[in-house]
Amino acid sequence: MSTDTIEPATIAQSDSDGRTSTAGRIRELLAGWDSAIIAITVVVLVVASVTNPDFGSSRNFTFLVLDLAPIFLIALPMTFIIITGEIDLSVASVLGLSGAAMGWMWNNGFAIEAIIPMCILLGCVLGALNGFLVAKLGLPSLAVTIGTLALFRGLAFVLLGDQAVSNFPRAYTSWVTGTVGGTAIPNLAIPLVVAAVVFAVILQATPLGRDIYATGASDTAARFAGIDGARLKFWLYVVCGAVAALAGVLWSLRYSSARADNGSGLELAVVAAVLLGGVSIFGGKGRLAGVLAAVVLLATLQNALRLEDISNEALTIVTGVLLIVAVLLPNLLKTVRTSAQRRKLQNTN
Amino acid sequence: MSAPTRVAPAGAATPPVKSDDGPSLIEKVLQVRSLGILAALIVLVVVTTMQNGNFLSSQSIRDILLAASIVGVLVVGQTVVMITKNIDLSVGSVLGLSAFAAGSVMSGADGAPIVVGILAGVAVGAVCGLANALLVRFGGVPALVVTLGTMYIFRGIAYLWAGGEQITADEMPPDFLTLGTATLLGVPVLVIVAVVAVVLAGVYLRRYRSGRDLYAIGSNGHAAELAGIAVGKRILLAFVFSGAMAGVAGVMFAARFGTVDAAAGSGYELNVIAAAVVGGVAVVGGVGTVWGAALGALLLTTINSSLPVLQINQFWQQAIVGALILIAIAADRLLAVRAAQQLRKRSAHVD
Repeated sequence: MSTDTIEPATIAQSDSDGRTSTAGRIRELLAGWDSAIIAITVVVLVVASVTNPDFGSSRNFTFLVLDLAPIFLIALPMTFIIITGEIDLSVASVLGLSGAAMGWMWNNGFAIEAIIPMCILLGCVLGALNGFLVAKLGLPSLAVTIGTLALFRGLAFVLLGDQAVSNFPRAYTSWVTGTVGGTAIPNLAIPLVVAAVVFAVILQATPLGRDIYATGASDTAARFAGIDGARLKFWLYVVCGAVAALAGVLWSLRYSSARADNGSGLELAVVAAVLLGGVSIFGGKGRLAGVLAAVVLLATLQNALRLEDISNEALTIVTGVLLIVAVLLPNLLKTVRTSAQRRKLQNTN
Repeated sequence: MSAPTRVAPAGAATPPVKSDDGPSLIEKVLQVRSLGILAALIVLVVVTTMQNGNFLSSQSIRDILLAASIVGVLVVGQTVVMITKNIDLSVGSVLGLSAFAAGSVMSGADGAPIVVGILAGVAVGAVCGLANALLVRFGGVPALVVTLGTMYIFRGIAYLWAGGEQITADEMPPDFLTLGTATLLGVPVLVIVAVVAVVLAGVYLRRYRSGRDLYAIGSNGHAAELAGIAVGKRILLAFVFSGAMAGVAGVMFAARFGTVDAAAGSGYELNVIAAAVVGGVAVVGGVGTVWGAALGALLLTTINSSLPVLQINQFWQQAIVGALILIAIAADRLLAVRAAQQLRKRSAHVD
């Protein structure tokens, strides 16, 4: 590169053209974190199936899907919210409160057909409260949802105390844990795939999706472009509440146990998966494919390593390290690239 | 998550200014906040005491202060970090790791002076804080993400180290456990530790240039950088401080409860952030005092103790804490909007 006229300040622009092969390759890697995560996930899946025959068993596959279902579901709207530059830490509490409400209503003689829609409606209301405080009042979402995290979880305990409600109709509990026909595919996999496709299409192929990215990239610029970011965020919180409530219903049915502490701490796992999937915490960046791969990756690692008798504790460390490496790597590469460029410039001078 | 109406503290980018025309607007706002918490605390204590006179017994006050002291020490570190517009989610895990470190050093080394255990706990905390600090400083990644990751990592290390075992009171030297119950002039030592931490950090933040710098960094990091403040270094030290405080809290935890396992301090991070937010520390940075945060910790602890006395179902506790956080941040917003209007009016006068 004989670019001795370029000032150091314009380095960033010059290499975004990707004229050198190294820079180009690094840029690809940077742009393709989600592809990398998908590749890693595939590798882990293959290695796990080859090295451990138990992993590939149909029974284990069913368990894997059931285990990842709540994080998978909640990660969908959470990805949208984080792309708009906000966060929702109250999702696990919405899950718990929805489960507690389900148990309370069941104890009080409501029909299950009425309970499930009412739980989801409850999730919408809880999400609307978050949305109102964040989008309409403009309060910081991190603080708001730490508050509603405690509030909703507290209400769950107020509603159900420390009792567990478990006698839900067998037809429902066995549907949630059952499989399609004689195959290994869990019934739950079908709505999961449908939800993933719907969310992915909305985010990646509709004007609404572009509005979400635009709002996250710059709230002000999006407003000038005629996007009502506040309304958008409000409805995203409502959807997130509804999905978390649905996850709460499925959770209670899967374990046949509605408890106020269902899903405690799950919010951090969801956020970790979304960030690991390449979504920027600053908003405006990330793709759903990467997030879903990250959810599958984390669940697979957990499942496979547990089969290898590796402790949950070691897994906790793996999750943390993966998360930090995933968010750190692009920045490190950028630093390396910039300093390499600078050296090259100095040499040519 | 921007707050356009956020008011920078007086002397943000300059050396601490002695405002000649009384306290600055932001100071007034913060005073209102602290007074509000104090009023809530007094009302709570009065109402609870009317229900049951024993609530103000020395034993009961002692219990509340002891419970508040551990959260109080954590909240001092958290406040310093939050003022710089960062957050430390790993404090609960660091507490667990430090408590286990202190406990195992004390139970392993026969006859070692207790100061060894204390130093071990604090050192482990400081090292964890340093890890956070370096990742935040050189990783170019928000502290929320870094400390979410290290929260898992530190907790995982604690579990690996403990291996499902727990250290019980009879393994630890009595001297160390006395630390948890000892009093000085009738005041528990742990409470004194917490008060000293609050006072030192409070004075530092208010009186020292480098302390004021933290507010400048949180209000507008870029402006602070331009004003010649060593932003990176200050943030680095803030995280090391938060880790060391979590280490102190870990030692206190081990001494007070006598039994330590790897799960010690799980979920504390949310209590601590809640106490700070209720106490007027803004998650968007640049605003808050350790006094307020410590009052927040005291209020939350007192609520916890007064509910059974008031015969309110203990399960309401968490819901009340959540509601308090929401009220606190909504009140902040209101005050900030009003302050901004007032500033605008004042500058209109000048013109």
